[in-house]
Amino acid sequence: MEHIVIIGNGIAGSTLARHIRKLSDKRITMISAEHDNFFSRTALMYVYMGHMRFKDTEPYPKSFWEKNDIALLHDYVKCIDVEGQELSLEKGERLKYDKLIIATGSCPNKLDWQGVDLIGVQGLYSKQDLESMKANTQGIKHAVVVGGGLIGVEMVEMLLSRNISVDFIVRDDQFWRSVLPEQDAAFVSNHLRKHHNLKLHLSEELDEILGNDAGEVRAVKTLHGEEEIPCDFVGLTIGVHPNLAVLQGSDIAVEKGVLVDEYLKTNQENIYAIGDCTQQKNPMPGRKAIEQVWYTGRIMGETLAQTICGTPTKYSPGNWFNSAKFFDLEYQTYGWVRSELQADEEEFVFEDKKGKVLVHFVYDKKSKALKGVNTFGLRLRHEVFDHWLTQQTEITEVLSNIESAVFDPEFFTRYGAEILTAFNEEKKMNIALKSKKWWQKLIQA
Amino acid sequence: METNYSLTGDAGQYLNTWQKIGLGITGLGLFIVVLYWGNWNSQIEPSWFFFPLMIASFVLGTGFYTWGAYKGAPAGIKNNGVYFNPLTNRGSLAWVSGVLLTLFYVCLYWFPGHLGLGMGANGTNLGLVALFDGLSHLFRNKDADQWFVYGTFYTLAIVFLGVKFLVKYRHNKYQIIRTIVVMFSQLVFAYFLPFILEALGANDGGYYNLNPVNYYPLNYSFITPDRIDPMVADVNQPIGMAYLVWGIIGFLIITPVITYYVGKRWYCSWFCGCGGLAETAGDSFRHLSDKSVTAWKIERWVIHSVMVFVFIMTLAVMYTYFLNQEFALQFIVPSRGAGMFILFGWVALGLIAFLFLYFKNKGKSRKYLLVGAAIFTFLGVLMLVNYSLGNHQAFGIASYKIKQWYGFFIGAIFSGIIGVGFYPLLGNRVWCRFGCPMAGYMGIIQRFKSRFRITTNGGQCISCGNCSTYCEQGIDVRWYAQRGQNIVRASCVGCGICSAVCPRGVLKLENGPEEGRVNDNPILLGNDMPRMNPNVK
Repeated sequence: MEHIVIIGNGIAGSTLARHIRKLSDKRITMISAEHDNFFSRTALMYVYMGHMRFKDTEPYPKSFWEKNDIALLHDYVKCIDVEGQELSLEKGERLKYDKLIIATGSCPNKLDWQGVDLIGVQGLYSKQDLESMKANTQGIKHAVVVGGGLIGVEMVEMLLSRNISVDFIVRDDQFWRSVLPEQDAAFVSNHLRKHHNLKLHLSEELDEILGNDAGEVRAVKTLHGEEEIPCDFVGLTIGVHPNLAVLQGSDIAVEKGVLVDEYLKTNQENIYAIGDCTQQKNPMPGRKAIEQVWYTGRIMGETLAQTICGTPTKYSPGNWFNSAKFFDLEYQTYGWVRSELQADEEEFVFEDKKGKVLVHFVYDKKSKALKGVNTFGLRLRHEVFDHWLTQQTEITEVLSNIESAVFDPEFFTRYGAEILTAFNEEKKMNIALKSKKWWQKLIQA
Repeated sequence: METNYSLTGDAGQYLNTWQKIGLGITGLGLFIVVLYWGNWNSQIEPSWFFFPLMIASFVLGTGFYTWGAYKGAPAGIKNNGVYFNPLTNRGSLAWVSGVLLTLFYVCLYWFPGHLGLGMGANGTNLGLVALFDGLSHLFRNKDADQWFVYGTFYTLAIVFLGVKFLVKYRHNKYQIIRTIVVMFSQLVFAYFLPFILEALGANDGGYYNLNPVNYYPLNYSFITPDRIDPMVADVNQPIGMAYLVWGIIGFLIITPVITYYVGKRWYCSWFCGCGGLAETAGDSFRHLSDKSVTAWKIERWVIHSVMVFVFIMTLAVMYTYFLNQEFALQFIVPSRGAGMFILFGWVALGLIAFLFLYFKNKGKSRKYLLVGAAIFTFLGVLMLVNYSLGNHQAFGIASYKIKQWYGFFIGAIFSGIIGVGFYPLLGNRVWCRFGCPMAGYMGIIQRFKSRFRITTNGGQCISCGNCSTYCEQGIDVRWYAQRGQNIVRASCVGCGICSAVCPRGVLKLENGPEEGRVNDNPILLGNDMPRMNPNVK
C-alpha cells in the first residue's frame, strides 16, 4: 500500500491527510515536532489570554486520527533522502515513503538588530513560542512589540490582557498600511488608540535592543525616538518566512520557499509541498508567490489530496478572501482592495457616523464591476461576495443588494440605507435599496 | 500548557479597585444570607434593616463589579482570564460555591425547616424564610415560604446578573434584546404575575402553575389532577380555565409552530426561567460544558428518556384520572395465562426488535430505534414482573407514585441540584441539555422540521475553537464551521454566543427555507478546483 508521509500537521497537512483518507485507504503518516495533534495556530493567543485551554485549540481529538487510520508521529525530521525515499528522524528511526509532502509552515523573521538574542526577546509563531512568551512575561509590567502586522497586533492584545502596558512600534505611518488603504489603516489605528495601556509609535523603527548584565532585555532604542523605552519583554513580529530547515542538504529546489508547480509538486518526483512553506513557480495573475494565510494552506491540502488520489488537479484558489480581528474590530476582505488605488479602479468608502463601521468598495472604473471589498465592524457573507466577484457584478447592483450580503447577527443595524445614501450623494446617483421586511424573511421560501 | 494557570503563580485574575469593592459589598450580602440561614432556629432582628441591606449589597456589589470589569475598554468579547479564575475554571471557589448551592437546594426541597420555615411559635417563620416575610407581606399579604425565598433569589440573580450580561455584551443587539426579554419574562411572568393573580383570588394553583410561559412538559405537573382540579374549579374562574386552555394551546400549537419558524431558542434562551438563569447567572460557566462525543451520546439518551418518561407518566396519570382507576392489566385480558402470554410476547418482541436493530440496522435513526426498543422491552419486563407478583397496576406502580418519583429524581435532584448547584462544575445548561423534556420535545422539531440553523460563512473559519469552547450546550460548533456545514442540532438553544465570540465573523443564527438547511459541503468556499462529485456545489 502506498505510504504517504506528511511533514507538518498544521492546517495544510491535516487537511491533506483528512481528504486523502476520504478518497482512499492509503497509508498516511503525519509528522510534527511541535505538537502531536493538529491545533489551530491562530488560536494560540486565546490560550495566553485565558479564553481557552490549549486542548480547546485542537479541532479534532486524537481519537479522530486513530479512527481514520492516520498515524501521528511526534518527531523531528532531520533530513530527507530523496534518492532512497527515506526520512531520518531525530529519535533515530528511519521512515520510508512513497510520496512525501512538505507542509512545514513558517518561521518568524529576525533581523540583525543589536540584542535580538537577549532573554525576553522573541517572536510568536509556534506552541513553543507561546510557552516561552508565557515564561518571559511572568509578572512583568511593560513590553515593546515591533512590527505592525497581524501577529503584532495579536501580541499587543495578549499582553494588554495580562495588564502589561505596551509600546507598539510600527514602521508604516498607519497600522498595516502596507496592506490596507490609507483610510482603512487609519480606521484601525484609531481603534487601537482606544486602549489606554497601548502606546502606538507610527513611522518608527527599532534601532537597538538593550540588555542588562544578566543578559535580559532592559529597554529598546528607536530610530527617531529621543529616549530609550524601558521594557521587560520585546516581541518581534516583523513577518514570517517559509520554514525550510528540513530541506537542507536535499536536492529539492527552494528559493524563498519550496518551489512548486501548479500541481503543488516540487522539482522531485513524488515530493510535494503545501501551505506556508511553498513558493509558486508561476504565481497566478494578481497573486503572490508566497501567501502565508490559513485559507490557502487549507485549499492546497484539499487540492493536493485529489492529485495524490489519482485526479491530477491544479491549485486554483478562487477569489481572494481573508479576515482578521484587531482587538474588538473585525475585518474581512473579499477580492482585492490594494493599499493604493490602481489607475483603472474607482472606490467608494462608507464610514458610519459613530465610527464603528467602515466598508471600502473597489470597482472597475469603466465596467463598474466589483473588484474587492474591505469591511470593518460589519460582517459580510462570503458566498454572496464570491458570487458577485465571479460574476463581475456592477457596483450599483452590489450596493442595492448589500443587505442580502450582511452577515451580522439578527437585530444588528444593517447599514444598507446609510451606505446607499452616502453612495448616491458622493457619486451623484440614485440607487434604491432592495431589502425585505422581517416578516417576509420569516416566511420566505 | 495543560497546567492550571490559577495554580502556577500567574496573576490569576486582575481585579481592579472597582471589582474589589464590588466583591466586598457582595460578600456583605452573602454574609447576611449565611447569617440568617445558619440561624434557622432563631429570630434575628432587625429584619427591616438586614433585608434591604442584603438587596442593596447585591445591587451595588454586582454593579461595581460590572463597572470595574467592563469600563475603560471598547465594547467587545471580554473573556480574558476565564481559565485563570478559580471560580470559572473549576478551582477552589467553584467547589465552594457548588457545594453551598447544592446544600441550599437540599434544604429547599427536603429540609425547609433548616431555612427557618415554620420553626417559630405557632408555625411562624424564623431564619432565612423570616427574612423574606416583610417582602412577602408586601406582595401577597401572607408569610413567606421557602419557595418565595427561592423565587426571589432566583429572580434577583437573573435581573442583577442580567444587567452584568447586558453590559458585557453591549455591542451585540441580539444579546441585548434577548436578555431584556428573558429578564422581563422572569420578573413579570414568573415572579410578579403569580402574585397579582393570587391577589385576584387565583390562590389554589400554586406558584409554578401561574407562570404562563412555564409550559408542559417542562411543567410536568400541568396535566395532573392536583393542577387540573383547581383550574376547572368554580372559584378559580375565569383565570383557571384560561390557564388550562392556554397551557394546552402552548404545548400543542404555540410551541411547535414557533419552533418551526425560529428554532427552540424562542423558549430556551428568551422566555424560559431555567434558560434565563443559565444565560445570566450562568454565563460565567458556559465554557465548562463537556464537548466530547461521549457527552453528546449520553445527552441524547438521557434527555429523550426523560421526555418519553414524562409523556408516559402523563398518560398513566390521565388514565387514572379520567377512568378513576389505576391502569390494570386484567382490564383487557380474560385470564392470568393470557396476560402472561401477552407480556412474554411483549418482552420477546422488544428483545428481538432490539437485537435485529443492533445487528442489521446501520441507518441514521439506528440509535433512536434502539432506544425505543430498549424502553419498550424495559416496560414489558416491569409489567411482567409485577403481573407475575399479582400486582396489576400498569408498571407495578401507581401513577401518583410515578409522579412522586419524577418530582424527586428529575424535578429536584436533576433540575435543581445538578442543574443549578453544579453550575460552577459542569456548566450552566446541564438540565437544559441532559434533562429538560421541553427541550427534548422542541429539539426534535428543531432538528427535523424547522427553519432555524446556524449558518457558516463560506470558507472563513480558522478552527480556533472559541465557538465550541463557549457553547453552553456542549456542541462542537467548530466541527461544522470548519467544514462549511450549517449547524443543525437538536440541542442548540440559540443563545448566539458562538456567533458573538467568533473572531472571523463565521457564524450567524438564521431562519430560512428548509431546503438546503442541512448541507454536507465537503469542499469549502474559496477553492475553485473542479469537483470530483458534480453534485457538490
